Amino acid sequence: MELLQVENLSIELLPGKYQQAGRLLVKPVSFSIRAGEILALVGESGSGKSLTSLALMRLLPEALAIRSGRVQLAGTDVFDLTEAQMNSVRGRMAAMVFQEPQSSLNPVQTIEQQIGEVLRLHKGLSGAALREKIISLLHEVGINDAEQRLGWYPHQLSGGQKQRVVIAIALACEPQLLIADEPTTALDVTIQKQILELLNELRRKRQLAVLLITHDMGVVAQMADRVAVMRYGEIVEQAAAREFFAAPKHEYSRALIHSLPDRRHFLSAPAQSEPLLQLKDVRVWFAQRKGILQRVVGHTKAVDGISLSIGRGETLALVGESGSGKSTAGRAILSLEPLAGGELYFAGERIDQLSQRQFLPLRKRIQVIFQDPFSSMNPRMNVRDILAEGMIALKVEPDAEKREQRLQVLLQRVGLEVAHLDRFPHEFSGGQRQRLAIARAIAVEPELIICDEPTSALDVSIRGQVLQLLQELQQEMGLSYLFITHDLSIIPHLAHRVAVMKDGVIVEQGDTEQIMTAPQHDYTRSLLASVPVSPV
Amino acid sequence: MNELVSVMNELMSIKPVVLWSDVLIYILVVSLGLFFYQLSKNPLARQRWRTVFHSRAGVASFIVILFYLLIALLDSLHYRAPLEKTEGSDEVHYSQEVHSLLDVVLTELRNKDEKTYSAPFAIYSFAKENMQTDDGVVYRDFPRLANAGQHLESAAEHGMDIFVRSMKALLVAAFISAVIIGLHIAWRKRQHSLQSGLAGVRTLPWGTIYLTLSVLVLSCCWVLELSKVYHILGTDKVGQDVLYWSIKAIRTGVLIGTLATLLTLPLAIVLGISAGYFKGWVDDVVQYIYTTLSSIPGILLIAASVLLIDVYIETHPEQFNLVAVRADFKFLALCFILGMTSWTGLCRLLRAETLKVSQLDYVQAAHAFGVGHNRIIFRHILPNITHIILIALVLDFSVFVLAEAVLSYIGVGVDPSMASWGNMINEARSELSRDPVVWWSVAAAFVLMFVLVLAANLFSDRVRDAFDPRSA
Repeated sequence: MELLQVENLSIELLPGKYQQAGRLLVKPVSFSIRAGEILALVGESGSGKSLTSLALMRLLPEALAIRSGRVQLAGTDVFDLTEAQMNSVRGRMAAMVFQEPQSSLNPVQTIEQQIGEVLRLHKGLSGAALREKIISLLHEVGINDAEQRLGWYPHQLSGGQKQRVVIAIALACEPQLLIADEPTTALDVTIQKQILELLNELRRKRQLAVLLITHDMGVVAQMADRVAVMRYGEIVEQAAAREFFAAPKHEYSRALIHSLPDRRHFLSAPAQSEPLLQLKDVRVWFAQRKGILQRVVGHTKAVDGISLSIGRGETLALVGESGSGKSTAGRAILSLEPLAGGELYFAGERIDQLSQRQFLPLRKRIQVIFQDPFSSMNPRMNVRDILAEGMIALKVEPDAEKREQRLQVLLQRVGLEVAHLDRFPHEFSGGQRQRLAIARAIAVEPELIICDEPTSALDVSIRGQVLQLLQELQQEMGLSYLFITHDLSIIPHLAHRVAVMKDGVIVEQGDTEQIMTAPQHDYTRSLLASVPVSPV
Repeated sequence: MNELVSVMNELMSIKPVVLWSDVLIYILVVSLGLFFYQLSKNPLARQRWRTVFHSRAGVASFIVILFYLLIALLDSLHYRAPLEKTEGSDEVHYSQEVHSLLDVVLTELRNKDEKTYSAPFAIYSFAKENMQTDDGVVYRDFPRLANAGQHLESAAEHGMDIFVRSMKALLVAAFISAVIIGLHIAWRKRQHSLQSGLAGVRTLPWGTIYLTLSVLVLSCCWVLELSKVYHILGTDKVGQDVLYWSIKAIRTGVLIGTLATLLTLPLAIVLGISAGYFKGWVDDVVQYIYTTLSSIPGILLIAASVLLIDVYIETHPEQFNLVAVRADFKFLALCFILGMTSWTGLCRLLRAETLKVSQLDYVQAAHAFGVGHNRIIFRHILPNITHIILIALVLDFSVFVLAEAVLSYIGVGVDPSMASWGNMINEARSELSRDPVVWWSVAAAFVLMFVLVLAANLFSDRVRDAFDPRSA
């Protein structure tokens, strides 16, 4: 017996101010989930997977409407219910877990109040019975010392614990269907692993039907019983997980599976020459100030004594979870943060004591690419101005005509067209913007590029193309990269050496093959163990 | 022909007077023109302004604001007329009264003083007077007005006359609007056939524009036609036409709305951006300044400063040889103080936004390219916080127009010799306590102010919708 049955569901964007006709965002899709089964709905951003899940709960935003189709949940037709009846379905029959635990919890209520609210509403519990139920729920989702934490506020919990509380709220009324919309995307890999295990355990114990929405094929491989791949509002392939990974039918599915980490091929390190960049015991501390006079009462040690080196034409991956200080280290190399101690050498020269003016010649040689392609370009400048800014500031090509030619060559090199020069950043997709960011960095012919999570905001299929471009450029121009990332899966393709960072210090560094296959430090091992891998 | 010559002679003989506020308002208009010219180069900004003007409320309120602005501009070209020559002297003396171009247009209104109050459209005075019949009997009754309804034989024709004249005004207005709109439609058709390839491009809501224009033309015609023979909005205590004064007050309202913000805008922008961009001690100093300033009650500061200025004017009479110059000085000072007490809000907003923008990757990237501070501020930060400045500007406009009315009401506003809605409302204090009530001057001030503030608020709503990044 299918618990959830979706038939020919389609969603349209209603005609509005700026368009005459309605636009179909989700073309008729059909799928079903049995009790105790996990269906993974996979797709890239904008493919309509989240819209589909919202439509199941009848929670679509105002501008959207369900055009056709039927949704049956445990035998009742969801679209036939009144809004009041629907309210009892939400929470009691089906519950949702969202991506960002931070914003799904109310910051001014204790977790007891937030879990209790649902129970009071749907179950009519109160007093000691309510308290007992809350505590047992918290135990179930794996929160220790539940009795003491009842009075805690969300900010006192870590990201993983918050997501556990969100799951506890979702499960409070014993729903039969759980819709989890990217439940682990905002979490670090080690936490992601725990949350996924929790979900898996819960669905076995409770015979939950789970609709798991994700873009991460690793998560799918680890969790799903069945897989539905969505693209441009259509389900292009639907199959049992094992068959799907063994023999994907659709070309797009193959591309998705291909994006999974390949742990068998590693880049060999280039012949070692003298290091281009060398860090010796570098520390970056942020002062904590208090009181009217802003006295310094202590330091936040973002980077606390790291040493590493990068040779010419070499890529060093700096890996760590959020808050480990890896981005701060990158900013320190660019002299955007002052050092609290340690020494920085670039091409044999010491550079950490230079003034901003003295550092200027080095700006040409060390460049940076940022994570978010949407905030890394000034929205009010056109592509020509954006690309030329560095060339003008660093006097790489003072002649306007030659500069124009250089810009055209650059654009073509990163796979864009000359006609794009007069456009503005908002006219480009995320992947194209990241290409622009790369073009901007290589415009001044640097020797070292600091790549701060350049692919983590991109969809998997685009990610591969951008990484490919970076590698080609490395071979052509002999670039060195410091590649800052939290994503271990891209490292084997990319990095010659890896440094693993935790709480401001480097716990382990070495050749990629050695780190990935025979890690020495416990933390490295747990990181590697949490990366979801393909079953094939 | 002779008339033309005499008009020309008169024009040649006047002495232009340039008040400081006139200079400022024209600088303002020129810079607005330059601003829009600059905008037309930036496609993103152009698109946003287009959404403002594509909304009906936006374009209609803009036309109304333009109309007010036009009146204010006409009223900002001042001159002194020559006095008739005294015998035996060749020297030309000029009148102590300063008039503006608007006064020329409204000559008929200006020179039709009565003795005291009279109600709108009245032909009899509001107060009884002792009068004599032809045979010498003294009696007490409401006298006929000197300048209203003189052409009427008897009071019975009064209603009919108003109706006939209104119809006449309506016909004239319909004719004028039809000509303007007809010409424009013909021109658009020609333009359209020239660029017929551009089909499907969204055009301005011309229907709304035509309607707003027609309503404006109609009200102008009606007012001009009827004010020839009546006091449409009555007269005030000393018999001056209320309509004339409320129109003159438009300049005060428009100017205070714009100048008060613009005079201190540079301060808010410079301090706000420096605080947000340089942080550290610069930020501390700026924060201390604006927290101190905003913790002083605004009204107190304004009242104190106005008193100071009064004293200054008293002790330096030689600098203020004309009433108009004195009033203008006081007015500018008021604008300045109003601005001074209100820039802190904008400064705070700009500091916060700059803090946010300066942490964005594109500013970091510019740092990584070694781009200088000035260039970063002008190329990267300023363009990305302009929307806040624009929104604050249009929102503050209506606040200041209202603030002027309140300040004049409590007696620390503009000079009493200057026409302003606040002064009219201030006088209404005693008028409203009379029996029967003299309601028309406060009503006139209210209606004109209401239309301007409503238009400004509607327009600022559209601007905010178009420029607020959260809605984009």
